[in-house]
Amino acid sequence: MAQRKTPARRTTLLVATRKGLWTLTADASRRSFTLGGPQFLGHVLHHAVADPRNRRTWLVAARTGHLGPTVFRSTDRGRNWKEATKPPMFGKSEGRSVNHTFWLTPGHASEPGVWYAGTSPQGLFRSEDDGVTWNGVEGFNRHPSRKAWCGDDKDGTPDGPTLHSIFVDPRDPAHMYFGMSSGGVFESVDKGRDWKPLNQGVRADFLPMPDPEYGHDPHCVRLSADPNRLYQQNHCGLYRLDRPATRWTDIGVAMPKAVGSVGLPLVVHPRDPETLWMFPMDSTDVWPRTSPGGKPAVFRSRNGGRTWTRQAKGLPAKQGWWTVKRQAFCADGHDPVGIYFGTTSGEVWGSNDEGASFKALAQHLPLIHAVEAAD
Amino acid sequence: MARRSDEVAAVVEVLIPSPLRSYTGGERQVRVALPVLAPESPPTLGGVLAALDGAYHGIRFRMIDEQGKLRPHIRIFVGERDARDLRTPVPQGTTVMIVAALSGG
Repeated sequence: MAQRKTPARRTTLLVATRKGLWTLTADASRRSFTLGGPQFLGHVLHHAVADPRNRRTWLVAARTGHLGPTVFRSTDRGRNWKEATKPPMFGKSEGRSVNHTFWLTPGHASEPGVWYAGTSPQGLFRSEDDGVTWNGVEGFNRHPSRKAWCGDDKDGTPDGPTLHSIFVDPRDPAHMYFGMSSGGVFESVDKGRDWKPLNQGVRADFLPMPDPEYGHDPHCVRLSADPNRLYQQNHCGLYRLDRPATRWTDIGVAMPKAVGSVGLPLVVHPRDPETLWMFPMDSTDVWPRTSPGGKPAVFRSRNGGRTWTRQAKGLPAKQGWWTVKRQAFCADGHDPVGIYFGTTSGEVWGSNDEGASFKALAQHLPLIHAVEAAD
Repeated sequence: MARRSDEVAAVVEVLIPSPLRSYTGGERQVRVALPVLAPESPPTLGGVLAALDGAYHGIRFRMIDEQGKLRPHIRIFVGERDARDLRTPVPQGTTVMIVAALSGG
């Protein structure tokens, strides 16, 4: 990897796996990383997220093979952990049970202590005390159309239906988005009191309707550095949306046909809304969900998805049959941007030059669910 | 509910499986006390688990979901009886055994 300027803060990656939490702490050049952990050995961790507002609080969403779902929190960057006293759970009258918390999002910068959580089956929860207690966002969980939007709790991805990709508009804490697999992308302009589908132009090849209002399968949605621009990696391709428009533009058409435009994760550049990265996976016939042809590669666009460049220097040239889960691809805040991903085969790969070259940062870990950067 | 003057406390022994011992400070076996309103009305399994959660907050939700259902890989024995119903009575002197029966890799 190339020599880089010294970043102001050292990057730590939080690596949430099927068997616990590991950390990777970078040296000043981001050329060398130190592996720490495991913590929560044997726990199934779906997400581990650092709070960018105070840089000390970390939250993890945990369950085990035996036990129900919960959230653990640390206020000293992972040295000590305490369990939430009231983790995300539905109300008795809702008749539903949280299987696991899937996604964690820190709230708006003006609302320290606020976090959002998305669960499987699809539920939205909010904490106002830094993750100690969680309450359902009733405007979604009890929305009269929720069941129509989501389908049955048994519908959804192989690992269960999920509510993910929760984003708060940095200009307005009342303006939010999330994605649901299945269900589609939804928007609220009143802090979650009401939600509306935002799926025009997105294909849903698995539904009989030509342009359904909801029922889509977004794998990952990202708000770019320009909060008017969203990107979406969907079960049926790649999309861009420039608000206030409500119709998504297909940006997967420029991807090589042999590779396709389906993947799970999507990463945006922290400062350039035109730059994003995707990681394709094989979605042919029975959906192997591996790197296409066993040749893992990242694809980057510098122009909002109009054209794409394959980036694979340092990655296995062949016989690499892993893929990358939807929370397992992230960017740091440095210049040039570092991008990092964790694989289903337990490897963490990193690039300190915006994808020009990659280096294996860790191997032999359990299946990786999530990689998030804490700068 | 106010306690009746003739109310006595039942002490129930609960065996804790390893995945839940982080809640009990590593203890394999704990005792919980709960009221018995009348000898003919012993405490229920639900009452025992509520008392357990009172002593070790959070432990119940890892076993019982928000709809009051036993989670899939958890079994609870009251004496030698595999109890699937939280209304199962727990007679004086009966041990409650929690089993985390995980399968898979």
